[in-house]
Amino acid sequence: MNTRSNDFVIKIANVNGTGSASANGLLMKAIFRMGIPVVGKNFFPSNIQGLPTWFEIRVSREGYLARSGRVDIMVAMNAQTYARDLADVSPGGYLLYDSTWPRDKQLTRDDVTLIGIPLAQMVNEQFENIRARILMKNVCYLGALAALLDLDMRVLEELLKETFADKQKLVAGNLKAIELGYQYAKQHCDCPLPLRLEPMNATAGHIMVDGNTLAALGCVYAGATVGAWYPITPSTSLMDAFKEFCERYRVDPETGKQRYCIVQAEDELAAIGMVLGAGWNGARAFTPTSGPGLSLMNEFIGFAYYAEIPAVIFDVQRVGPSTGMPTRTQQADLLFAAYASHGDTRHVLLFPADPAECFHMAVAAFDLAERLQTPVMVLSDLDIGMNDWMVPKLSWDEDYVPDRGKVYSQEQLRDMRVFHRYTDSDGDGIAYRSLPGVHPGGAYFTRGSGHNRRGAYTEDADEYQDVLDRLRHKHDTAKALVPAPVVHSKKGVKTGIVSIGSCDAAVREALDILAREGTEVNYLRVRGFPFNREVEEFVERHEHLFVVEQNRDAQLKALLLLETNVERRKLTSILHYGGMPMDSRCIVSGISEALAKGAAA
Amino acid sequence: MSFMQKPRVIHSKLPKNELGLTTRDYEGSMSTLCAGCGHDSITAALIQAFWELNIEPYKVAKMSGIGCSSKTPAYFLEEAHGINAVHGRMPSIATGANAADRNLYYLGVSGDGDSLSIGFGQFAHALRRNINMLYIIENNGVYGLTKGQFSASADVGSKAKKGEVNQQPPIDPVIAALTLGGSFVARSFSGDKGQLVPLIKAGIMHNGFALLDVLSPCVTFNDHEDSTKSYAHTRQFYHPAVHADFVPQKKPIRAAYENGEAMPVELHDGSTVVLRKVSKDYNPTNRAHAYSYLHEHQKRGEIVTGLLYIDEDQREMHDISNTVSEALRDLPYAELCPGSAALEEIQNLYR
Ligand SMILES: Cc1ncc(C[n+]2csc(CCOP(=O)(O)OP(=O)(O)O)c2C)c(N)n1
Ligand code: SF4
Ligand SMILES: [Mg+2]
Repeated sequence: MNTRSNDFVIKIANVNGTGSASANGLLMKAIFRMGIPVVGKNFFPSNIQGLPTWFEIRVSREGYLARSGRVDIMVAMNAQTYARDLADVSPGGYLLYDSTWPRDKQLTRDDVTLIGIPLAQMVNEQFENIRARILMKNVCYLGALAALLDLDMRVLEELLKETFADKQKLVAGNLKAIELGYQYAKQHCDCPLPLRLEPMNATAGHIMVDGNTLAALGCVYAGATVGAWYPITPSTSLMDAFKEFCERYRVDPETGKQRYCIVQAEDELAAIGMVLGAGWNGARAFTPTSGPGLSLMNEFIGFAYYAEIPAVIFDVQRVGPSTGMPTRTQQADLLFAAYASHGDTRHVLLFPADPAECFHMAVAAFDLAERLQTPVMVLSDLDIGMNDWMVPKLSWDEDYVPDRGKVYSQEQLRDMRVFHRYTDSDGDGIAYRSLPGVHPGGAYFTRGSGHNRRGAYTEDADEYQDVLDRLRHKHDTAKALVPAPVVHSKKGVKTGIVSIGSCDAAVREALDILAREGTEVNYLRVRGFPFNREVEEFVERHEHLFVVEQNRDAQLKALLLLETNVERRKLTSILHYGGMPMDSRCIVSGISEALAKGAAA
Repeated sequence: MSFMQKPRVIHSKLPKNELGLTTRDYEGSMSTLCAGCGHDSITAALIQAFWELNIEPYKVAKMSGIGCSSKTPAYFLEEAHGINAVHGRMPSIATGANAADRNLYYLGVSGDGDSLSIGFGQFAHALRRNINMLYIIENNGVYGLTKGQFSASADVGSKAKKGEVNQQPPIDPVIAALTLGGSFVARSFSGDKGQLVPLIKAGIMHNGFALLDVLSPCVTFNDHEDSTKSYAHTRQFYHPAVHADFVPQKKPIRAAYENGEAMPVELHDGSTVVLRKVSKDYNPTNRAHAYSYLHEHQKRGEIVTGLLYIDEDQREMHDISNTVSEALRDLPYAELCPGSAALEEIQNLYR
């Protein structure tokens, strides 16, 4: 076999609760530090201990960050899934297993090279403690992989030392376990394999981090002070991260007191209520959640829309309906979020495609929520939120000033003859608000019942409609304020892809593959709702559009049909909704087949 | 018409408080409730209490859920911001508002349906967090606004206007508050302004969650003789256990309070509540005692009222979470943003 450096997929099959995550994370980070683009996807069960998990690492010289659909090296550490894991290996691939125990002869494949390493045996001889034996088995296969793949051992050691900086004893144990695996592989296998790592310089200026962490960091930088939440996978780590950042950067150095307030609510109804109470009272407030939580929040979201209260909601989407598959990814909350709650409601949505965008869109979400006085939902997903992605390093503009929107000051209220809460004095559909406790002249009654432009209760048809129409106008104003789409387009190309969020990496890889096959396709990735003018123009100027998204019901397509003038016949869906992050194959085949059938010129 | 502006008549003879304001300055728009509704009496007591406390109306945030009772914040403190949340969810709104600015006065007005049925969870949790607010339940044993269905506070055997008899045991917010760890638990009656006004004042000044359950008969759906939440029934079985006098910070506590039956409890801001035990064997600082006393009297069909429990040392939400003393919403952005150097430092972790 020809050597294939820096372009392969390692998949590690483990049992959850055995401490494999840290070993797998170390492997990925070591590759990253060798300057080689890499991405890791964690497939884990909704369970604490004893069920199968997989960690898939794609090493990609080209910098492709989606899954590839291949498995070149399987590390089969879970007897329960062994047969299935063996079947998963791509022809010509390798499978590393623990040869401590005899293996079923039936379970081999002619086109897969098996590599047996007596992990348990070696580890048990060297470690006394039962827990250490379980943990060190993981570190031991890491050592074997290092030899097989030619991983830079100095990088690995350095990483270990950093990871366990304050636990020197652990460093020694880990190094010993690595050495066991490393030496065994060196002595018994043909190292390195044709699939191997070669140092590059393609990760400088990048970081490796998950989207929930950066969304939380965005909240800190946006100046959010109130966070309310109810734990739910896959959003929980967002509030965990916010808390950690705040403990570090939001404590008054003199008094030791907190410049933030986090409330773990009794449920999501209360979490969103707290966010609205805080937003109404002038603080930047947010709640992270996922589908079931967003369902509970519906009544309040409609209230916030109608009473015009700023709020930021992070919906880290997971597989629905209902409880669905809590640890799998999807983009199936689009329609629901766009029109959440009863009555005529429509919301502002942001769609990050990777962790870096989670950071920037978190900041943008607070600006938009206060500018537009309405809930803004950031729709990421489990893949973005919980997996580590390689993204360009973030920078911060020191001149950034939060947009607190139209809020009358004490002086303005004092000098005003009369204040009317819901009057559109600027013509953009956005009225001025006042905050409690600032000036008597600013008092008004916030209500979810019918009200007129003065803020008074009404059941009068004209007065009611007047406010409802202004809200529609305000939502149209939002079109120009939400982040513009990202467009890759060449003149003259008549076929386009419209996609969203975490499909991005797969779409971009598909575009390269299609281009190599001679098919040019343009691409627009929407980043906000209501749709920006550029979205309208893109769908108008292309003759055939493939709408790529991760749900069954073509929800992005439905939104395009509802909210733009695009003709239905132009749109072809490419859907992926099994819960695994999407890869380029379904896009390439979907487009190639459609084009072959002559669906598009 | 469902919204009426109240004519502003200047009565120069009305007494003024220390801010130079009359009770008129503490009123709101005209009530649209049924004539004789208990809720309107509570509104009047609130006006009186805020006026007597010399609180500037705009320093108060009024919050409510949905129901006849929840409409009342429109009828007092016109110069205060008000918010009518959704049904049963006022406690979360109050929690968030309080999180944003701990330095305003928070007043929540709710109904028995709003707090004990749909909103029981939020009520319990706001209480448990000891949010610094006065929380009034205007308790009439029915859903007024939806026309007379039994609420969760209706007593067993209580007859609805249409003749139906309630068979389910009631939820008593006072007993619930005692068992959930409430730091200020009181009950009163809309028809007893003398008892109600000082309780409201003490509740406003209490540093924590003050629950005030006020029996407030619904004249339209639940004021007939078979109802246990009627004026007649309430008056007959009324059992005051402790009377509370509120003494503001500056006034010295009268000597009379200091001996015998009176018991001064100093509040956070230096003002005092003087508890006079109407019932000699009552101890309002012992939770277990309060609970068993209430239980005893409830069995006899008596409605125990007064400031039934107080613990001024229980820490409120911000004290527990160690929040800065300024309002979070007013913190300058420079104190909130870690800046670009910190961002650099943070990102080293992700290399
Ligand atoms: C989610 C929801 N369900 C039902 C209602 C209808 N509703 C309005 S007020 C009310 C009951 C109010 O009873 P209570 O809180 O006791 O107030 P009262 O009118 O008796 O003062 C109900 C059921 C609603 N507004 N929202
Ligand atoms: S229906 Fe009952 S509670 Fe409602 S306003 Fe009339 S008397 Fe009051
Ligand atoms: Mg009621």
